[in-house]
Amino acid sequence: MASRTLGKLSRETLPAADGDGRRPPVPGDGGGHEPGSEGISPVATARTGLWIFLVAVTMLFIAFTASYLSRRTAPDWGAQIPLPPILWLNTILLLVGSGVLERARRRWRLGDVRTLRRGLLVAAGLGGVFLAGQLAAWRQLALAGVFMRSNPHSAFFYLLTAVHALHLLGGLGAFGYALSRVAGLPVAAGPAVTGGPVSVTAAVEGVGLYWHFLAALWLYVFILLFFL
Amino acid sequence: MRPQHRASGSDRSGAALGGVLLFLIIAAVLGTIVARQRWWFPPLASAHGAEIDRLFIITFGIISVAFVLVHGALALLVWLYRERGEGRASYWHEHRLLEAAYTIVPAVVMAGLTLTAAGLWSRMYSAPPPDALVVEVRAEQFGWKARYPGPDGTFGRIDPKQFHPTQNRMALDRADPAGSDDLVVDISTGELHLVVNRPAEIRLRSKDVLHSFFVPAFRVKQDAVPGITLSTWFTPTRTGSYEIACAELCGVGHYVMRGKIVVQTQQEFDAWLAAQARPDY
Amino acid sequence: MGAVTAHAEAHAGHELSFWRKYIFSTDHKIIGIQYAFTSMFMAVIGGLLAMFIRLQLGWPGRTWPILGSLFPGGMPGGEMTPAFYLASVTMHGTIMVFFVLTTLLTGGFGNFLIPLQIGARDMAFPFLNMLSYWLYPPAIIVLLASFFVSGGAAGGGWTAYAPLSALPQAAPGSGLGQTLWLVSLALLIVAFLFGSLNYITTVFHLRARGMSMLRLPLTIWGLFVTAILSLLAFPVLLAAAIMLLFDRLGGTSFFVPAGLIVGSVPVDHAGGNPLLWQHLFWFLGHPEVYVLILPPMGMISDILAANARKPIFGYRFMVASIVSIAGLSFLVWGHHMYTSGMHPLLGTAFMTTTLIIAVPSAIKTFNWLATLWRARIRFTSAMLFALGFISFFVTGGLTGIVLGQPPVDVYFQDTFFVVAHLHFVMASAALFASFAGTYFWFPKMFGRMMSERLGKWHFWFSFVGIYATFFPMHYVGIMGMMRRIYSPALYAHLQGVQPLNVFISIAALGLFAAQFIFLFNFFWSLFRGPKAERDPWRATTLEWQADSPPPHGNWGEHLPVVYRWAYEYSAPDAAEDFVPQTVPSGEPVPAGDGRGHAGRGGETPGGTHGSAHGGG
Repeated sequence: MASRTLGKLSRETLPAADGDGRRPPVPGDGGGHEPGSEGISPVATARTGLWIFLVAVTMLFIAFTASYLSRRTAPDWGAQIPLPPILWLNTILLLVGSGVLERARRRWRLGDVRTLRRGLLVAAGLGGVFLAGQLAAWRQLALAGVFMRSNPHSAFFYLLTAVHALHLLGGLGAFGYALSRVAGLPVAAGPAVTGGPVSVTAAVEGVGLYWHFLAALWLYVFILLFFL
Repeated sequence: MRPQHRASGSDRSGAALGGVLLFLIIAAVLGTIVARQRWWFPPLASAHGAEIDRLFIITFGIISVAFVLVHGALALLVWLYRERGEGRASYWHEHRLLEAAYTIVPAVVMAGLTLTAAGLWSRMYSAPPPDALVVEVRAEQFGWKARYPGPDGTFGRIDPKQFHPTQNRMALDRADPAGSDDLVVDISTGELHLVVNRPAEIRLRSKDVLHSFFVPAFRVKQDAVPGITLSTWFTPTRTGSYEIACAELCGVGHYVMRGKIVVQTQQEFDAWLAAQARPDY
Repeated sequence: MGAVTAHAEAHAGHELSFWRKYIFSTDHKIIGIQYAFTSMFMAVIGGLLAMFIRLQLGWPGRTWPILGSLFPGGMPGGEMTPAFYLASVTMHGTIMVFFVLTTLLTGGFGNFLIPLQIGARDMAFPFLNMLSYWLYPPAIIVLLASFFVSGGAAGGGWTAYAPLSALPQAAPGSGLGQTLWLVSLALLIVAFLFGSLNYITTVFHLRARGMSMLRLPLTIWGLFVTAILSLLAFPVLLAAAIMLLFDRLGGTSFFVPAGLIVGSVPVDHAGGNPLLWQHLFWFLGHPEVYVLILPPMGMISDILAANARKPIFGYRFMVASIVSIAGLSFLVWGHHMYTSGMHPLLGTAFMTTTLIIAVPSAIKTFNWLATLWRARIRFTSAMLFALGFISFFVTGGLTGIVLGQPPVDVYFQDTFFVVAHLHFVMASAALFASFAGTYFWFPKMFGRMMSERLGKWHFWFSFVGIYATFFPMHYVGIMGMMRRIYSPALYAHLQGVQPLNVFISIAALGLFAAQFIFLFNFFWSLFRGPKAERDPWRATTLEWQADSPPPHGNWGEHLPVVYRWAYEYSAPDAAEDFVPQTVPSGEPVPAGDGRGHAGRGGETPGGTHGSAHGGG
């Protein structure tokens, strides 16, 4: 029974191969140099790696969520902290950044390097403003006398926002990397689908995916902390 | 191209391993026979402990048989099939029936054990009988204190803010009248008195970190978790003096964190209780 | 993109500086060897700490003037303090579990073997791989530094149960030492996550042509599934560690309830739940046990097949049981908490899952035994250690059935019975698999053979030493001796235990001493061992088709192509008694195996699962 399922698994869902045992070609892997000969797509590899990383980050937040939900059932949970209004603005900024980035990425697939560069810069800038906004929210709460140790809810608020902010900082670093890759592109470079440099595709796709994930993660944290 | 290990006494090693495994089986069996005389459970003194011991013996019997059979098979196989003479190993690597058999047999044994153990477990954690003697035991670094509810049968409230190292070591709430007749006993220097053949319910608290209330003779162990009161009950079946040990690492004095239990008849217990001056913190 | 780089470097790669080649290398083989050497160093430290524990338990109260002059803080006048004893216990566990076995098995063997056995030139992300290794030494420095801070190293056990671990005033080791412990562990967790990410991606994407999942050697299955386990489990421990750091440094109260009084001083915390730490810890902690046992299971299977000259029995059942053990391992964590005050119904549920997990474990054992049936066993050192693994796994696994039942566990929880159980099933078994792996793959790693004579002496002393050390601990546990106590002398029920403890301590000292045979053999063979051939064990898997040691990029000009499963030993009509995975299917194959492919052209990975159950 179990072994039959496994057999199916290997045939159907694992990235097996086409007729001669190679991985199927993945759009965007360039194909211009080396990789084709060994059947390895760096873009697909990077994408898999990133997804796996996102699974790990998700597990981290699942652990926090489970702790939070179980803690909330305790009788001494007490009052929730007030929602700092600036969080609404922060949320909008992060979502707009995500949207700008997505549009830039789509335009780039059609060959528009200029929009891509601008989009990366704008999204990164909005990310920076978001972080500043989160700091402002902490500051507002502190001025109102709400600290990390004030009550269980505030502890979770500071914990989750801090860990999310750390991941966002990493995302800003990734923006820096992607921008450095894109900077080398001639403005009139052809559409990526037909052959931009592999490292650019991997970087842009990777940053895009990660940034959307962080936006979604923030929405999740926001809802979890204040609306559940 | 012949590999070097051909000449290195592989044959002898196989025979030797077979011998060592055989010796292991014999040593394990003899060791256990000796241990049953000298290094075995402390004498049993509680009602449910008999069931625990029986379940242990059943399980121990099963795993001992499995230990001997598997090691015997291993010894036999390495002895029989060590590289000797000419010829090849058999190209045999799949047998549905055999594989199904050794999936099903352990599954059945495990299912049987699960059912037996689940029954005993639910009895151990059932509600304590109404005639149980209720005592609160509080663990701290590194000792135990007990509190009897007094004639009113009710424990007074606890208020950690009112803790005082000499005057109120149990941190009783002085405003609660139910606590005024509570009897507090230091059972690390003194004794926790229980009644033979009368169920005892222990309500466990901790003042600081995790501890675990372990009475080997009663086969009782329950962690004391700060912030929570946990209850466990058992029935002592023999009069005498028993020891409480702390079984959860609680700091540098973990190894000295002992307590003493005295199990006596109801008359003796009543006499002891009457002789206690109170309030005494 | 990394594999591409590696390939490019394979052609132009000899110009790398010493630093890039051996220190900050991105080559998976060098990184694996770095992991292995560092783990060996940590194993010596972890072993020394175990000797401290045994000295104290064997001869409590005795003074050791020489040690006293070496450790004036922990052993003033030569007598060990309880705080130093607890620090030794804690650090022994932490080091052996995380800094030796996890790093050695996944970081060492995983790094070295995964690309070689799947026919890749390197990991998918070589730079990340290097980063993963280079988080390990800082983690070690932080951890070992904690011995020298005020209060000493952490003393709350390797499980670091809160609130003891959360309150600096609760124990000397709960001061800065505990903070450093958490920081060190957090660093190492990140290293593990980078590693896991790399291993999973590599196995997904970089398998050679024809290497379908069901042609993977079981070593790779073990390592691959382990990487998935680590990836899902370690973030949870990271979350717990971050929360505990918040409690310690930020004054939050995730794990510290309100109203505590340590000594006579009230604790200023608002209210949290100590059981939460246990749940989070064991949600990692139990899968972690399998992180330490699944790679050994795979390695042992391969070593067993190669030395029994027989295909591994029930390959598909082996894969299925690895996968199901891994899945179940996330559902059993509560069996560490039967006495914690968790709801009794949960106890029943966790008992059920725990006893279910015994079934796939039994399947694996019986499959190993069946592999030996009508085999032609070569007793190399590697094989002896592999057989030793089976013995320990069985012995420790069986006592797990005792501990899995909550009513019985009530008595045995936190006694030496548990210590005996875990040291057989996890510690000794994983250690023996590592030794087996070292004797087996040393020729591939370093291009030289280890001394078989010394290897066998090492086996006999270690095998007997481990049984002599850990088997009597069962009796100590049955007597009711608690874990982590500095001395049993005060307890009435432990009055007769001392002869056993002395025996165990002497055996442990002997066991520790025997490991120097290995260290000597290892370093002597590194320089003086006879040169190894490409395939000294006449084994089938891909790594034996590479040079010994393999060059940078592993495979020269062309990647290997795989035509068959990893266990073609003693096929009846093959010319030799083994057929490497790279031999095309047109070459001699066993008669009447009914496989659907006749030649190169008909080879499809879809059809390959058929080759896993030829014959029968």
